Amino acid sequence: MTHASSSAELPQTLAQKLIARAAGLPHVSVGEVVTCQVDLAMFHDSSGPRRLKPMLDDLGAQIWDPSKVVLVMDHYVPAQDADSRRIVQIARDAAREWRLPNVIDSEGICHVVLPERGHLHPGMMCVGGDSHSPTGGAFGTYMFGIGATEMLGVVVTGEIWLQVPRTLRMQWAGQLARGVCAKDMMLFMIARFGMNGGQYQAVEFAGEAVMALGMQERMTLSNMSAEMGAQAGLVAADDITCEYLRAVGVSEDALRKAHDWHSDPGADCEDFQFDAAGLSPQVAAPHSPANTRAVGDYADVTLDVAFIGACTGAKLEDLRAAAQVLRGHRVAQGVRLLVAPASARDQAQAEREGVMQVLRDAGAQVLPNSCGACAGYGATFEEGARVISSTARNFKGRMGPASVQVYLASPWTVAASALRGRISDVRELL
Amino acid sequence: MTTSRVWKLGADVDTDALAPGVYMKNGIDVIAPHCLEAVRPDFADGVRAGDVLVAGPNFGIGSSREQAAGVLVHLGVRAVIAPSFSGLFFRNAFNLGLLLLTCPEAERLQDGDAVTLLPVGVQRGDGILLACQPIPDFLMNMIHAGGLMNVLKQRSQGKSHA
Repeated sequence: MTHASSSAELPQTLAQKLIARAAGLPHVSVGEVVTCQVDLAMFHDSSGPRRLKPMLDDLGAQIWDPSKVVLVMDHYVPAQDADSRRIVQIARDAAREWRLPNVIDSEGICHVVLPERGHLHPGMMCVGGDSHSPTGGAFGTYMFGIGATEMLGVVVTGEIWLQVPRTLRMQWAGQLARGVCAKDMMLFMIARFGMNGGQYQAVEFAGEAVMALGMQERMTLSNMSAEMGAQAGLVAADDITCEYLRAVGVSEDALRKAHDWHSDPGADCEDFQFDAAGLSPQVAAPHSPANTRAVGDYADVTLDVAFIGACTGAKLEDLRAAAQVLRGHRVAQGVRLLVAPASARDQAQAEREGVMQVLRDAGAQVLPNSCGACAGYGATFEEGARVISSTARNFKGRMGPASVQVYLASPWTVAASALRGRISDVRELL
Repeated sequence: MTTSRVWKLGADVDTDALAPGVYMKNGIDVIAPHCLEAVRPDFADGVRAGDVLVAGPNFGIGSSREQAAGVLVHLGVRAVIAPSFSGLFFRNAFNLGLLLLTCPEAERLQDGDAVTLLPVGVQRGDGILLACQPIPDFLMNMIHAGGLMNVLKQRSQGKSHA
């Protein structure tokens, strides 16, 4: 029995459409296990060559299609010690040996540089060797994170299995208040659904408040789908998507069908309604992103460090937000403000706009364009430090000793809190 | 039928707890002694081959680092039993040959219990059987092969002999 004949009329979610295309099927059903052709595989210095090369050599296998691979050095750069240098060297050697045409070395964090270099467009099926790979979903791309051994399977076969997820659709009506942004929306949703509330399904972000966001803000939504335990975090492609992608050199041919990548009316989604206008700035207290409440509940928390960093919270739009708060001010005494712009291009643009100067004038120490303290791999915070951070995770011990207290918030809230030396409501400063 | 000793953990055990970031520069043998040190400091020293972990919901949330599953394999853990797992960790575990049993009633197992793993579930010492969700054949094949790497090896040998 085949349902190919009726498939054209069967309403599908965006996730189903993306998976069906990659699986070469007219239609896929929720729960079905399918094999997908992979359009792009991204990995970095930590998850990539140092793990893949020994396994590839052991198998005596080759990379199926080097043109579909993007290697990004972002975790152990700039190398702080001998071990880091060794790991980065393995990546650089592998890039040459495998003749990888797409290598982005020490120029920013993988999830930000991938779209910035025009590697993503609507309709693709992509995997990344990093848990924040759902970031690519902001572009109408099905992208999800996998471990190194599974990545080996992908680079050898060009395929990956997938169980077709249900779609949880987050419908955001209304308009966000000034100083409230995508990060607040995500923290709010993670608190409501929990760290695994996404149950490895597909989350789709929709509604006027979502579609009013620029691409980097949409990326923040998709990025933190990981903290909801979703496999993918999707936003349907629209004119804003196409405008961004044109500007980074994606061909008209690749964008021709961009607007087809949306959920059909009547598709089988689980819908949840949210009110953007009523949303306050959100703060996640130690030690979980799900431990979130409105900013006012933490007004008595004093701070040692304010960190604007990571793929989640230091893109150009994040830097601009912080600068709007910090312009003409200096951070409170005793607070260290650290800014690690997520990519070199974003930093250069922020430099041209005067945003970086505003941040430096406010007392910011500017750090390299890499994962840095967020990954907890290199420089981390000192014993007992109280940190407010625009990053994605505040697990115990992730960014330093177990005594470090990390509060997660938006770049707006981090900047406002840096000014006052305690967790603060940015709306009082705008 | 051999029994397995239970190490009981709470909910939301994350990948930083299983494979702390600060040791991630190193190989699995260096990471393993630090496995779970932030939440169960006696685990890495005390665990014996064939033991099982029992945890609350959302085991393995966080990073894509498969070392989080790799350390458990390295330490000889036979299976992890929990009501739910991070989806990404779930894939990594099977790819490395680590059996995960989704057991809604995992909380009825206690630290130090001796349990028997059966095809249909987990049996306590007092005979009570806690049902586990069935695992698709292709994932059980991965466990029997000892992980995806071995499956790929078998496949490439199959091809070269064909």
